[in-house]
Amino acid sequence: MSLHNYTIKQVEQMLQNEEISATELAELSLDQIKAVDGDVQAFLQVSEEIALEKAAKIDETKAYDKKLSAIPAGIKDNIAMNGLNLTCASKMLENFDPLYDATVIQKLSTEDALFMGKLNMDEFAMGSSTESSAFKKTRNPWNLNHVPGGSSGGSAAAVAAGEVMFSLGTDTGGSIRQPAAFCGIVGMKPTYGLVSRFGAVAMAPSLDQIGPMTRTVEDNARVLEVIAGHDKNDMTSSKEQVPAYAENLTSELKGLKIAVPKQFLGEGVSEEVKESVENALKMYELLGATVEEVNLPHLAYADAVYYIIANAEVSSSLARFDGVRFGHRSEKATDMIDMFKKSRTEGFGEEAKRRILTGSTILSGRDNFNEAYFRKAQKVRTLIANDFKAAFEHYDVIVGPTAPTAAFEFDSVVKDPLTMYMSDMLTVPVNLAGLPAISVPSGYTEEGLPLGLQIIGKHFDEQTIYRVAYAYEQATNHHKKRPNLGGAEA
Amino acid sequence: MANITKEDILRTADLVRLELTDEEAAMYSEQITEIITFTEKINEINTDGVKPTTNGNATTNVLRKDEPVVWENREKALENAPELEERQIKVPSIMD
Repeated sequence: MSLHNYTIKQVEQMLQNEEISATELAELSLDQIKAVDGDVQAFLQVSEEIALEKAAKIDETKAYDKKLSAIPAGIKDNIAMNGLNLTCASKMLENFDPLYDATVIQKLSTEDALFMGKLNMDEFAMGSSTESSAFKKTRNPWNLNHVPGGSSGGSAAAVAAGEVMFSLGTDTGGSIRQPAAFCGIVGMKPTYGLVSRFGAVAMAPSLDQIGPMTRTVEDNARVLEVIAGHDKNDMTSSKEQVPAYAENLTSELKGLKIAVPKQFLGEGVSEEVKESVENALKMYELLGATVEEVNLPHLAYADAVYYIIANAEVSSSLARFDGVRFGHRSEKATDMIDMFKKSRTEGFGEEAKRRILTGSTILSGRDNFNEAYFRKAQKVRTLIANDFKAAFEHYDVIVGPTAPTAAFEFDSVVKDPLTMYMSDMLTVPVNLAGLPAISVPSGYTEEGLPLGLQIIGKHFDEQTIYRVAYAYEQATNHHKKRPNLGGAEA
Repeated sequence: MANITKEDILRTADLVRLELTDEEAAMYSEQITEIITFTEKINEINTDGVKPTTNGNATTNVLRKDEPVVWENREKALENAPELEERQIKVPSIMD
């Protein structure tokens, strides 16, 4: 049996019929990690002991009635888990034990998920290929010469490779959706404030959200249901009621209105990507939805706005790493200032430094940069949000590609930061507006690399996004294809 | 068009406590000039009278009672410090 071929609901059924045990599920996950992670390199730490202990406990009482009973999960390594190092894939935090569980971990734990380990990512979640990890390069399970996307590259690859049944990622400008698209899985970036960020290491706090990454839409809905909800430890956490997304899931689309911004199918978007979106739109019309092109004029500025705001916030978020109370401390330092400098210089990688320097330049008082760039960008951010608001007065969802291309090869983009940043151009507008959006598999390139369809919804309307994603998923076979990796047989 | 010189980068690096080699400073100067110049397209937009968006949602002034909470893991937390002496975090000298 392979975890690849089952949904959470099916596993739940099997557990309740005693056709499988929690321990067997943990072992299936561990076996697959042993079989394929040498190639895929998704894991930074495998928490075999924690998983087996928890599984044994679940089997003892045979209480298989929790929402995620014995479901093997992987966690992006910028989310705190007591007793496991929280590295953010950075030398700065190589040996850091956070000593507490993030709120999302507590919630998963309450529903009896099995934690299989911590997953690789771009350093401090900054990147679109997972190549900026200080520790290893995660490979795309569909083609090991290609990147898995980023920054939640390990989280996407581990699900695609059948090592876990779901993972958590974080998304600041596309870091859940873009790797989900590159690895042929489902990734949801929830409405800002729906999921508590307590215990997630901040990159750009006005944009960051945690979200689920799964093989199917239904699994995704179930995991979000568990991790969403108000948390007094996160001041930006919403008090909105969390619906039973999975239970309410339907594929009824009659009367649904879909908007397609023309900016989403313009310059820089590959022909194969455009074709897959156009096919999806035709499918939606067949399913009873109407599709219309709209103009969101400020979308064309979202990438510029994002790189100003995100970098400014990053430079501030990373100021806390100084080598004093935790994290890397240089052994070469002679005095205090020297210790700050050497610790940060040794601890941060190239991309982190680039963003700290960019953000600090933008925030500086010289030539009125602060006002001319940062303040101006915050105003354009308002205009981008207003564009979406206006569209949502007439439409239920906005649809387009997740990424402008399929997964690229290693080292092909990383040398050119601006081109790397462009791979986020279709995902960043959503973060700026605080909206929810999903990426669902929408086909494959000629080379066999997966593509993703992005569905954007109104604030706190994840339910409609899931419905639209589910209808498409059920009408196509894209989600049934598996990468050819070896490991467990179907 | 922005022009972030090598000297600008070195000055900023000093402020954000990073050490750069000459080569790195030159590389960042070129790349950051390119990145910031790219963002200048936002100047095409008239933003007169537009309110800036400063956060991810509209929640403001979330207050809570200022009550002390006992952190039971104090010893473990200290273990995260790079250098300890008598349960205090030790750092290099601040003054000569």
